[in-house]
Amino acid sequence: MKVSLFITCLSDAMFPRVGEAMAHLLARHGVKLEFPQTQTCCGQPAFNSGYFDEARASARTLLEAFADSDFVISPSGSCTGMIHHYYPKLFEHDPVLLAEANRLVDKTFEFSQFLVQVLGVTDVGAVFPYKVTYHPSCHGSRLLGVKEEPLALLSHVQGLELVPLPFAEDCCGFGGTFAVKMCDISGAMVTEKTDHIIETEAEVLVSLDMGCLLNISGNLRYRGNPVRAMHLAELLYEGVKANVHA
Amino acid sequence: MSTHDTGHSAGSTVKERAKIALNDEFLVNAVKYTTEKLRSGKHTATADHGEWETWRERGRQIRLHTIAHLDYYLTQFARNARAQGVHVHFAATAQEAVDLTMAIAKHKQAKTVVKSKSMVSEELHINKAFEELGIESIETDLGEYIIQLADETPSHIIIPAIHKNRYQIADLLSKEAGETLAPDTKILAGFARRKLREKFLEADIGMTGCNFAIASTGSIVIFENEGNARMVSTVPKTQITLMGMERIIPTWDDLEVMSTLLPRSATGQKLTVYMSGITGPRREADGDGPEEMHVIIIDNGRSQQLGDPEFQELLNCIRCGACLNVCPVYRHIGGHSYGGTYSGPIGAVLTPALKGNVAEWDDIANASSLCGACWEACPVKIPLHDMLIYLRRRKVESGYTAADEKLGMKGFRYVMSDHRKLKLALRAGKLGQKFLVRDGFIKARIGPLKGWNAYRQVPALPSKSFRDSWKHLDQELEQEVGAKQSEAERKMREYLERRGPSHNGHSESHTSPSGTHGNQGGQPHE
Repeated sequence: MKVSLFITCLSDAMFPRVGEAMAHLLARHGVKLEFPQTQTCCGQPAFNSGYFDEARASARTLLEAFADSDFVISPSGSCTGMIHHYYPKLFEHDPVLLAEANRLVDKTFEFSQFLVQVLGVTDVGAVFPYKVTYHPSCHGSRLLGVKEEPLALLSHVQGLELVPLPFAEDCCGFGGTFAVKMCDISGAMVTEKTDHIIETEAEVLVSLDMGCLLNISGNLRYRGNPVRAMHLAELLYEGVKANVHA
Repeated sequence: MSTHDTGHSAGSTVKERAKIALNDEFLVNAVKYTTEKLRSGKHTATADHGEWETWRERGRQIRLHTIAHLDYYLTQFARNARAQGVHVHFAATAQEAVDLTMAIAKHKQAKTVVKSKSMVSEELHINKAFEELGIESIETDLGEYIIQLADETPSHIIIPAIHKNRYQIADLLSKEAGETLAPDTKILAGFARRKLREKFLEADIGMTGCNFAIASTGSIVIFENEGNARMVSTVPKTQITLMGMERIIPTWDDLEVMSTLLPRSATGQKLTVYMSGITGPRREADGDGPEEMHVIIIDNGRSQQLGDPEFQELLNCIRCGACLNVCPVYRHIGGHSYGGTYSGPIGAVLTPALKGNVAEWDDIANASSLCGACWEACPVKIPLHDMLIYLRRRKVESGYTAADEKLGMKGFRYVMSDHRKLKLALRAGKLGQKFLVRDGFIKARIGPLKGWNAYRQVPALPSKSFRDSWKHLDQELEQEVGAKQSEAERKMREYLERRGPSHNGHSESHTSPSGTHGNQGGQPHE
């Protein structure tokens, strides 16, 4: 079985630690990830702005990079959602690429989805004695339908106190280029989101997407707030290491 | 947009109008307060229903079917309504609909018209046309009445005055009353009630909208809570009903589904206080009702969506406003920021689609983070988040996007079409950020970071990208992966077997996202 990592451009460039945490965690459960070097980006920044040709040029690197993989796993609900929800549309006029795109849809999983649905793992053996709140990313939960998996994983972490985030399902205001184009609306949205996070008195905010986390943690830092924003894989891996050392 | 059209005095783009709205504390608080009540009401009402997802799918299928056979059902409706004595008119444009209405009003020598709530009448700016003829036209829905007094347009499909608080409303009604009315809901509603009663009695024409038209009997159905639409459709001698051409459903059986979906989605009510079904004008045995009844069926850009695979589903909309209430953008900027008759996610798509003029409305589709909350809330599952992207694509295809954006996307394509270029770009980025980074973060508001860093700080690029450090990580992983490898292999194989060989989950790209498992790719969850 060839299991490949789709790192996503954002984690590749800015948050390599997320990919590393994910790879280490999966290795502990018997899955050795490959990393096809020719992958770039799912194409979402261009696609969501209406630039389909540009998105296709980028998306094709994924079709090629993962052509002979059996499973493809990514740390992003949004980028996985892009493949699942939009690749068939993006390649609708090219029967050859459409078939490749459909094959990629079949084998691509978001990290928590793969752990829970495929490996059947809900307890990774982590200890994380902090107050944590969870923001469900819009694309992961709505486009991809990943709703229960992250909660199942979090509920098995020893010492972790999960506090509900008010209006958790509201978008944090990231939206890719939206945050730049409509910066004031996006700013109001992220401020409302961090208001709710602060309200929970959680020490850690956890989510499934580095886009949301870049946005939320950036605003928390701007507001001088110490809440730590973490990807689920980071939190679990830190918890696993803590358990080993204990 | 003129002042009259938007209710706001300045701003020619969504972005500018939104900035004004975001700084209007009254507006932001009023809109948030009411949308919050509406969406939690909907949440409770749909949960109480028990089979919401099934009914939602049923509603979607009814709408898909009806719109696919719209010509058939419109013909059937017109034939059956005419058989009941209704004058049925077809208007291709807003102007034609206005002309038809004014011709009826002139013929009837009308001096006063009472109106119940109708969004399609807002498309036509019908009150302005009455005013030009010297005919008094009064909105009788309380929210619409308030908006009319303020000389504004509705900022919500269901709650037209959602952006006003009771103090502002008290001021408006006091002016009309010629005395100071206390900002008490009962007192204010009491005044409106007395005032509107007089108007119902003196009106020559009653104008209504139409929530659903029943093709099989030629009837129209109106949902309301105040009883004003019932007054409008029973007291005046002449009734004119304005109806968008897509408001149709085949039979009364279909209304059962729609009457379950609409009020619960709109206000969280199981049913509105009044639901009126009207089949033809007053008959001899009837105690009341108009002597003459007209139905004007309006196209005004709707038929352009027919046959368009990306936008036809827009015509499935039942105007419940649920997408507005859950939209995090709408909840922050209110309806007037959208600059059209319809606001929120449905407005952001419907306005450009009806106008068929991508260039003129080139920024409205950008006012969305594409979070998909609208799709999830929609009782007939219209994929508005997808349509927003298709609108953006049409704008790109017609060449109306800004030069810097085009350049940026060219750059994106150059870098992302080849991993070697991406690697070089990352290296360049690391060099370029040197002068901007303080304590691992960039705070400067320059270039594309201008808007971003007005509300955030952005972390610096790390010294090594993931791909830079892969070789080392790969070796570590080789050592870590051990005893469990064969078990994992087995589980992966089992999973693939469970899922079956001919897995085909792609055709149905618009399945519901709000069931417990949206599951677009079709992976079974068990």
